[in-house]
Amino acid sequence: MDSHAQSHAIDIDKQVRRYMVVFVTLLALTVVTVGVSYMHLEVHEAVTVALIIACFKASLVFLFFMHLVSERQVIFVVLAFTAAFFLVLLFVPILTILDHIHIWV
Amino acid sequence: MEGLIPYITEPREDTGVTNGKIGIWLFLASEVMLFGAFFATYIVMRMGSEVWPRGWEAQNVPLGTVNTLVLITSSVTMVMAWASLERSDLGKFRMFGALTVGLGFVFLIIKYFEYMHHFAEGMYPRSDTYHAVYFTMTALHALHVIIGMSVNGYFTVMGNSYWEAGDRQLLINRVENSGLFWHFVDIVWIFLFPVLYLL
Repeated sequence: MDSHAQSHAIDIDKQVRRYMVVFVTLLALTVVTVGVSYMHLEVHEAVTVALIIACFKASLVFLFFMHLVSERQVIFVVLAFTAAFFLVLLFVPILTILDHIHIWV
Repeated sequence: MEGLIPYITEPREDTGVTNGKIGIWLFLASEVMLFGAFFATYIVMRMGSEVWPRGWEAQNVPLGTVNTLVLITSSVTMVMAWASLERSDLGKFRMFGALTVGLGFVFLIIKYFEYMHHFAEGMYPRSDTYHAVYFTMTALHALHVIIGMSVNGYFTVMGNSYWEAGDRQLLINRVENSGLFWHFVDIVWIFLFPVLYLL
């Protein structure tokens, strides 16, 4: 095995170990999410906790399973545009609700 | 044929990535907008409703939890399939590929039993707004699971042909790209589960 192939194999081994750590973390966070739901918190508290955990879990999948941690700039440009339009998509309908209940008038 | 985007297995000099990878990320961007529209709809419906059931009242939380664990595990088997190819271990690639597809089946079977339970209770998409949102979003997600299983199943079965034809890097890139789709499906569920089952 030449040195390039050897360093590639070591790199993959390192990644696999990282996948296992992420896997265990995701399982643990799922248990935490469900555990919190059994506390029957108020809706706004439950939404806050659940979304924080879900965002953290999604970040782990994005960064490690989808290799964003070592991805090129062009992919981040695509994702930045996606995130911006996604936020517009989420907040425009909410603004219409706020307007409907006369927050702005 | 001139003008077509060529199949390349090495990253382009200008973008630093292969055409296939930028293609799948652009496709996932469109998928974010698709599911984003449904999540926005959910928010509008929930904020506009006087009565909305708590997820744990309307759903079987233990079954939803098991399904979440199944999908997370399938994401790990997916990256292990890709890592096996990087290690030139075709046997393990096929094993992890088959496991990924199998876990997708388990997810769908559990979903089937959940749907049957709702139908037995007389709950259909037409019953109320909550169930309309629930069935629409989970069915759309299940459709994505089926598509992901089909693509992963194809590469698991055809991997040997790619390998023997010498198209190893092409197979590795395509498995990575189909994995990106599969992980996206997992991420959608990571948000759907608390939104529909726990809140």
